[in-house]
Amino acid sequence: MTEQLHQVTLTVNGVTRRGAVPARRLLADFLRRDLALTGTHLGCEHGVCGACTVLLDGVPVRSCLLFAVSADGHEVTTVEGCCQTSGDLGPVQQAFLECHGLQCGFCTPGFITTITAYLEENPKPTEEEAREAIGGNLCRCTGYQNIVAAVLRAAELKREREAPHA
Amino acid sequence: MPDKHVGQPLLRKEDPRLLAGQGRYLDDLGRDALAAAFVRSPVAHARITDIDVTDALDVEGLVAIYTYEDLPDRIAEPLPLLIPHPDLTHARTPHCLANGEVNHVGEAVVMVVATDRYLAEDAAERIRVAYRDLPPVVGVSQARAGDRLVHEDVPGNIAARSVQENGQGDAHSAIAAAPHKLTLDLEIERSASMPMEGKGVLAHWDADDRTLRVHSSTQTSTSVRLAVAAKLGLPPDRVEVVTPDVGGGFGVKIVHPWPEEILVPWAAMTLGRDVKWVEDRREHFISSAHERGQQQRIEVGFDDAGRLHGLSVEIWHDNGAYVPYGIIVPIVTSTQLLGPYKVGAYRVEFTSLYTNTVIVTPYRGAGRPQGVFAMERTMDAIAEYLGLDRLAVREANLIQPDEMPYDQGLVFQDGRPLIYDSGDYPTMMRMIRDLVGWDGFEAEREAAAGQGRRIGIGVAAYVEGTGMGPYEGAHVKVETTGEIVVSTGLTTQGQGHYTTLAQIAADVLGVAVADVTVITGDTRRFKYAVGTFASRAIVTSGNAVAVAAAKVAEKAKRIAAAALGDGIAPEDLELGDGVVRRKDDPGSFIDLQTVAVLSNPLRYAFDEAAKAATQFAAAANTGDEPGLEATGFYMPERSTFAAGAHGVVVETDPETADIKILRYCVVHDCGVVVNPRIVEGQVHGGVAQGVGGALYERIVYDDAGQLVNASYMDFLIPFSTEVPHIETAHMVTASGVNPLGLKGAGEAGVIPTSAAVASAVEDAERGRGATEQGLAIRRMPISPSELYELRKGRVHA
Repeated sequence: MTEQLHQVTLTVNGVTRRGAVPARRLLADFLRRDLALTGTHLGCEHGVCGACTVLLDGVPVRSCLLFAVSADGHEVTTVEGCCQTSGDLGPVQQAFLECHGLQCGFCTPGFITTITAYLEENPKPTEEEAREAIGGNLCRCTGYQNIVAAVLRAAELKREREAPHA
Repeated sequence: MPDKHVGQPLLRKEDPRLLAGQGRYLDDLGRDALAAAFVRSPVAHARITDIDVTDALDVEGLVAIYTYEDLPDRIAEPLPLLIPHPDLTHARTPHCLANGEVNHVGEAVVMVVATDRYLAEDAAERIRVAYRDLPPVVGVSQARAGDRLVHEDVPGNIAARSVQENGQGDAHSAIAAAPHKLTLDLEIERSASMPMEGKGVLAHWDADDRTLRVHSSTQTSTSVRLAVAAKLGLPPDRVEVVTPDVGGGFGVKIVHPWPEEILVPWAAMTLGRDVKWVEDRREHFISSAHERGQQQRIEVGFDDAGRLHGLSVEIWHDNGAYVPYGIIVPIVTSTQLLGPYKVGAYRVEFTSLYTNTVIVTPYRGAGRPQGVFAMERTMDAIAEYLGLDRLAVREANLIQPDEMPYDQGLVFQDGRPLIYDSGDYPTMMRMIRDLVGWDGFEAEREAAAGQGRRIGIGVAAYVEGTGMGPYEGAHVKVETTGEIVVSTGLTTQGQGHYTTLAQIAADVLGVAVADVTVITGDTRRFKYAVGTFASRAIVTSGNAVAVAAAKVAEKAKRIAAAALGDGIAPEDLELGDGVVRRKDDPGSFIDLQTVAVLSNPLRYAFDEAAKAATQFAAAANTGDEPGLEATGFYMPERSTFAAGAHGVVVETDPETADIKILRYCVVHDCGVVVNPRIVEGQVHGGVAQGVGGALYERIVYDDAGQLVNASYMDFLIPFSTEVPHIETAHMVTASGVNPLGLKGAGEAGVIPTSAAVASAVEDAERGRGATEQGLAIRRMPISPSELYELRKGRVHA
């Protein structure tokens, strides 16, 4: 029984990446194993916890519920791609740092990607909206309060960074 | 730079790495390792009659299949009983792979190793195991009945029976003689730690060097090391255990060695290849540990003011199929049940019972939530019975500050006397009264009732033994680059030790926190440790870091004094701003970095800085051992006792019985606070788990012993939309037990939550006038359906 391999070409964090994968290889495993992008974590492998969330063409998806072959030809953003091009922390990551929005850090990549996409949609959320926006991701450490604060702070940082210089 | 780093809400040093996706968790390592998968029992109780691997042999990439028959001597023996106790008369521990009998769904039966995990699972699903079913024992009631046995040589399913009395007379006589008596029957259901990252093990065997390196997602690398060495018959010196970043523990990862922690290294040695196993979520549900499940009967005698004269508690504790971690959980329940109260004559008896379910070992709180539930339900029942205010009844029973240290007359889980070191419980209760708005609540209740809404308020208090021994240690070194490296043997799972231990070291050495690097859980760097559990890390390791850093500071002064010459004595010097300087002339100083260079007398000048320490330079000869470094240990004589009180306001829907938390307030005392930002985060996280345990989370077994909700779809961990905003107030009563005055904070938030929520829901459901009775909550968690059912049983006049 030799598994048939399929060629896939994805743009991951702005870089074209190619691979040959069995049809059943999950996108999460492709990112983690084939591309060595281990920032994407698997918490439940059944689509509930959200730790594996990546952006597919800018939209949050569970990379544990998607085959790598299904992502062929698409753009994927992982937590590594949420950093600035300088390598410094992006606004959402910086906000998590400032607000103590993480403890063990395992679920964090899924929050970072989810919130990054959300702020594109809603650049100025209320606290209630912020809490709702993260309502699809599980965290076992923080109780979410500081993550809610981080969403609000990230929105602020993003506005500051994107404001045209006077 | 602030004068003192301890007490500052510094940002965490570990975060930039974790936030950028650069964490290194177990499954991020060993990309080329072989993968292990396990065939686990699908039934709760059975004899294994046959294992047929024929179909699996065709799977491409298959490397090895192991059953119990393949295991050599020591690995074939049962896993160790980690914490023996004289009352644990019938201890049974599991085998690495089932030896002819399975005792819970999820017990490992066959190990498969293949070139990747997909293929290992392909092979595993082709292995046929035949079982002959035995009657399963599920739940405390069935275990107590004793007509079915989990282990045929353990009568009554009783692993342990234990009695403690507090030396204040016979509890039953005191209760009988008291003006009033009540009896309560209570129950708490199973829950589990559920860290977002499951367990995992990676092993590398170097056959040339005959050394084994094991990475494990554990809460105790040092003890895994000794356990692996013992099981594999290797000298400990040949085994190193490294804990990488760990995605949460909450207790489940303190158990060791897990079967996989033995089998994976053994397979790596046997195959001469790196082997890795990473637990998936279903495996975690059905083969890692659970907690909480207990039944309790409480008898209490009290007077007109609600003061307790006697308390007798019986506990039936579900310990699951085996007891590798001993009977720590029911010991903690039966001792910490007393909380901040004086109860008169106390007798507690627990029976620890086997069931055909996953093992039960400490989960954050470790038996305390059950104990606090018992005590606080009792307080509420007394208040209800006497028609007194619930807070007033609690206040009537508090230990007073001038009674500290207070000996509760029991033996705690560390084998030491249960003596509260410090605390100010009356102030704590006043603070929670104010924070939650207890005194103004009746007006709120009336206003809500006017709108047809039911709201209620509840409170619960606890005392938590933290910071227990036997010890922790640390090694502190000033590198010749000026960097300070602090190594401690205990592990970290998100508690922020890279920051808090750096704060402690920085203060002693007079350097910036940015200059301190902390290393945890790597036996190559520090071999002696106990582990991170029981809210002990900052107390034990924090004090050890302070001891080691103080030794380094003294050594730095000796070397600097010799280097500065001029008749200067070490005691004329102080450390600060990264230098060693004269107290009377701060302009006269020498860099700590230079002192580090001088601390190592050299023959060879390998770089520019090293010249200063060579033998023809005027090197500072103090007779000290080379290196500006020291090792220090802290061995507490007994535990410290943190405390807190929670106040909660809930609303219950008159129609649907939905329960919503409107306010959640916490007063928290963990002694001297090293980093308030981190402590606050710990409290938040604990409360979230407490809310889960009060309203949502339960492990559900059916009568056949199938775990029917073994997924995140069905085991309801709260999302952000279920966890309330948490309001906190802190108080500090420094511990007198340790030099830094610390008490632990890790578990606190989860401890009184079920009790406080039960109190509030019961209050919301309080009867209105003569026409409607209240209802009594005797079991947690409580779902809307259960509240709905309770309401149906309410008698209407």
